[in-house]
Amino acid sequence: MNRKLAPESAELSRRTLLKVMAVGALGAVTGIGSTAIITQLEHVVPSRYFFFSENEADLLIAICEQIIPRDDTPGATDAGVIHFIDRQLVSTLSRHQQNYRVGLEAFRRTCQQVHRLPFEKLTFDQQTATLRLLELGKVPKELWGEPSPQAFFKLVLNHTRQGFYGSPRHGGNRNYVSFKILGVDYPQIIGQNRYVKGGL
Amino acid sequence: MILKHINAIVVGAGAGGGIVAKELSSAGLSVVLLERGDWVGFQKHDHDDLINQREPVLGNGFGPDERSPRVSEGSSGQWAIVGPNDSGYGNNAACVGSGTVSYGAMAWRYMEQDFQMRSLYGAPEGSTLEDWPITYAELEPCYEKAEWEIGVSGDMRANPFSSPRSRPYPMPPFPYNREGRILETAAKQLGLHPFPIPMLRNSVPYGGRNACIACRYCVGFACEISAKNGTHNTAIPAALATGQCELRTNCIVSEIVVDDHGQARGVRYFDAQGRAQYQTSDVVVVAGAAIETARLLLNSKSKLFPTGAGNRHDWVGRNLQGHAYSGALGIFEEETYDDIGSGATIAISDFNHGNPGIRGGAVLCNEFIRLPYQFSGQRPPGAALWGKAHKDFQRQFFKRCVAVNGPVQEMPRFEARVQVDPVVKDHWGIPVARLSGQRHPADIETGRFIAARAEEWLKAAGAVRTWTNLPGTAARGGQHQAGTCRMGRDPKTSVTNSYGQLHDIDNLFVADGSLHVTNGGFNPVLTIMALGFRVGHYIAQNWKAGGFQ
Repeated sequence: MNRKLAPESAELSRRTLLKVMAVGALGAVTGIGSTAIITQLEHVVPSRYFFFSENEADLLIAICEQIIPRDDTPGATDAGVIHFIDRQLVSTLSRHQQNYRVGLEAFRRTCQQVHRLPFEKLTFDQQTATLRLLELGKVPKELWGEPSPQAFFKLVLNHTRQGFYGSPRHGGNRNYVSFKILGVDYPQIIGQNRYVKGGL
Repeated sequence: MILKHINAIVVGAGAGGGIVAKELSSAGLSVVLLERGDWVGFQKHDHDDLINQREPVLGNGFGPDERSPRVSEGSSGQWAIVGPNDSGYGNNAACVGSGTVSYGAMAWRYMEQDFQMRSLYGAPEGSTLEDWPITYAELEPCYEKAEWEIGVSGDMRANPFSSPRSRPYPMPPFPYNREGRILETAAKQLGLHPFPIPMLRNSVPYGGRNACIACRYCVGFACEISAKNGTHNTAIPAALATGQCELRTNCIVSEIVVDDHGQARGVRYFDAQGRAQYQTSDVVVVAGAAIETARLLLNSKSKLFPTGAGNRHDWVGRNLQGHAYSGALGIFEEETYDDIGSGATIAISDFNHGNPGIRGGAVLCNEFIRLPYQFSGQRPPGAALWGKAHKDFQRQFFKRCVAVNGPVQEMPRFEARVQVDPVVKDHWGIPVARLSGQRHPADIETGRFIAARAEEWLKAAGAVRTWTNLPGTAARGGQHQAGTCRMGRDPKTSVTNSYGQLHDIDNLFVADGSLHVTNGGFNPVLTIMALGFRVGHYIAQNWKAGGFQ
């Protein structure tokens, strides 16, 4: 089963493709070099992310989905964990920008070296095994400096848990999915005789 | 600009300072209450799982902010600059009411034995264990004042270890939640003596404020209906209502000015606009909690006290204590969660004293509600930290997990301390607190003992699996910080007398947990409040007799 691609990533890929086709057609009609127009258009298409590139986001989405996978209930991708992390990295947690930028690149190269494939193209079980090695630091040493593989994994692990189980206002836990999974009312139901009076 | 001379300055509007300000202003003294934080409340910081005093992963709701760093010794002897949300900082809060706005509000009196730890147990090697210069009986009237003026719900009749009380609580206790009922039966089977936790929270309307609506977000949060009682909604408004007390918020005190005759003249501070100010007064009371109070005294150097006010014998900042929290978690087959906040309802005091081979102990209570994110970090040893297995555990046990914890009484140590850092300064250019020292090995032993009792209790209650939580080795005070300006009879081994009055500077007082000689096996806030009444009453009495003027 293909779990690695978020529905909206698939959507974007489709849109990008249409856009490229349209520009190509326009270039052919007007005779203007299509490359130049594509470059211009790239600037006016707003990114869905504040910090991450699309490639970084695709990789991180796949990692987060491993940490809290979708099964019969929603997982990290459904909860929008990527948007939680992305938003925090340009605000409260901006001190971790470099850890993500460098860590994701080191992890991308790790997968390329070990599997000759991007992480997103591995099977779910291969992804799990690869992340386990990252967690333990059993990765090609020459590809990693700061952050260490263990520290990078722990960072993503903690932020994924926060994005999934924390308050929805920060960009994650979309539609209160984790609260619904756990059966926790949100907002709380108070003052409707739900609690026994006096103690209530 | 020269500020008008007043009778008393109180530094810090928390549990101790708020009460002193109220005692002094209602006795007729003109008071300026200086607070480094601001008014905060539910309007500013509501129910956010990631921004609160318990889980400050995206910031803390109740201060301080990154402008107030500290330096903390790592386990390896390395010094690190830490922010308020980092471990090792030992944060409490910085706002009007301080920790009493967002606390869990357990309202414990210490036991008679807690005031006589050295006589009872003898000091272990490597410890400065000492008796308080006052007994429980001397503090009892002040405990009673705190319970009635601030407001406590409780009933101690089922606790045979309780110290004598001259008056019951003003409000009935909170009933047990589902966890409490499960644990009550088990405790009785074990021959223990369970009773409801006394709380600074209204079980019925009290003091013109609401009764608690049992919401999930209690500890770590401001109460949205003001049913949790702190100094921000009791003593401080009462002080302001006298017309004698002026509260100045966002004011950072840098120094107590001590003259060449050894008298405090006033304080220097930076006001909300960052302007340097000098406020003079007849009396100065410092109530910034154990870390900041010690820092301020140490930063107040004068001709007679070149190493800091009251620090002639190098005791200011020593004996930093908190609690070596220990306990256990258990998972159950049936649901234990009923979504009735605050969640902590039941206690046993069977293991506070009289434990074989152990000095002191701790009260054991069931834990406040663990919110989903918090619970996602609580797993037994060896359990998956991520992936489907982690998610399954979360789903299966979020509502089937009970935690029992105890604030283990620590042995005070000379080397567990607050200093001022020689290099690092805060946003206002004031040398920051530097924290160092390790817990006494006996604390870890006591922790193991207490955790084992918690585990037994959970097993008796039907837990299918249990695991313990043991304390770390670093002594950093934390929310229960205490001991850094301890009271005593001997000026050579203590900082103040039994009224919080500095041995060396008779118009300079301390009124917070810094005074605690030992920190009890209980949450300390009611004792800090009681000491606030004691110190405030003493100053007011002397004032009326013509003192300090």
